[in-house]
Amino acid sequence: MRLAQIAAELDLQPRSAQASLERAVTGGHVGDLLSAVMAQAKPGQVWVTVQVHPNIVAVAVLLGLAGIIVAANGEPEAGTLARAEAEGVPILCTGLGAFEVAGRLYELGVR
Amino acid sequence: MRCAGPGDDAERRVSETAAPELVMGYPVLGGAFLMAGRAAIGVKQALEAAGLEQGLVRRAGICAYEAEMNIVIYGRSGTLTVELYPTEVRIIAQDRGPGIPDVAEALRPGFSTASEKVRGLGFGAGMGLPNMQRHADRLHIETVLGMGTRVVMHFTRQAREDDAAGADCGGA
Repeated sequence: MRLAQIAAELDLQPRSAQASLERAVTGGHVGDLLSAVMAQAKPGQVWVTVQVHPNIVAVAVLLGLAGIIVAANGEPEAGTLARAEAEGVPILCTGLGAFEVAGRLYELGVR
Repeated sequence: MRCAGPGDDAERRVSETAAPELVMGYPVLGGAFLMAGRAAIGVKQALEAAGLEQGLVRRAGICAYEAEMNIVIYGRSGTLTVELYPTEVRIIAQDRGPGIPDVAEALRPGFSTASEKVRGLGFGAGMGLPNMQRHADRLHIETVLGMGTRVVMHFTRQAREDDAAGADCGGA
């Protein structure tokens, strides 16, 4: 499944690197503790978090993640979006909570 | 304090006396959370450019990131250096900082002295050094209170099971 399809199905708001929304998503990871994400998330996954600071972009780049979904009405900092744009990391925002985003992704077949 | 993982002493001596094929250094500034992660990304990109296997690059990237974050969180300044040898990759994190009073305790998963502010950003959960220990083939820590800490992480340039798998490094 492509990130763009997920964005459409969950009504996510793309906020950066929209040229990269055609990336394939191979799974998902939910978490806000960056070291736990570093240890457990895998390349190609979409990451659901409530963290909004610029370091989430570094985590996504280092892990080769497909993109980041910022849940629960989180508003990425300007520095986060600028860095995401520069690194080509799609950030998508939603008012849905992380639990619901994960459930919806699972229903879509992102496992 | 020296904390060694699995490894062969003879091989280590040979590797450590050879000149590295490549040395790249990246500055890290303590407290600079907005810039944090750039050094680790530089390390990862250097290893990718050198054509190293994907799994090793991933493990080294995780370790470089954790080491960089420790300098950002605890140090005043420091450097990440990546050295490429015929038989191994070495990442050296050197900082000017407070030093680690009890290395064994710092290696215990969940132990952290990070501030509440830092924890609120998702750092300082006591997983940094354990993550480094898990993903490096060997880890050495030298620390002097009031002066700083030097962490040397070794990655053997031959396929580990998770290198061959390419991506799966498991949880800490």
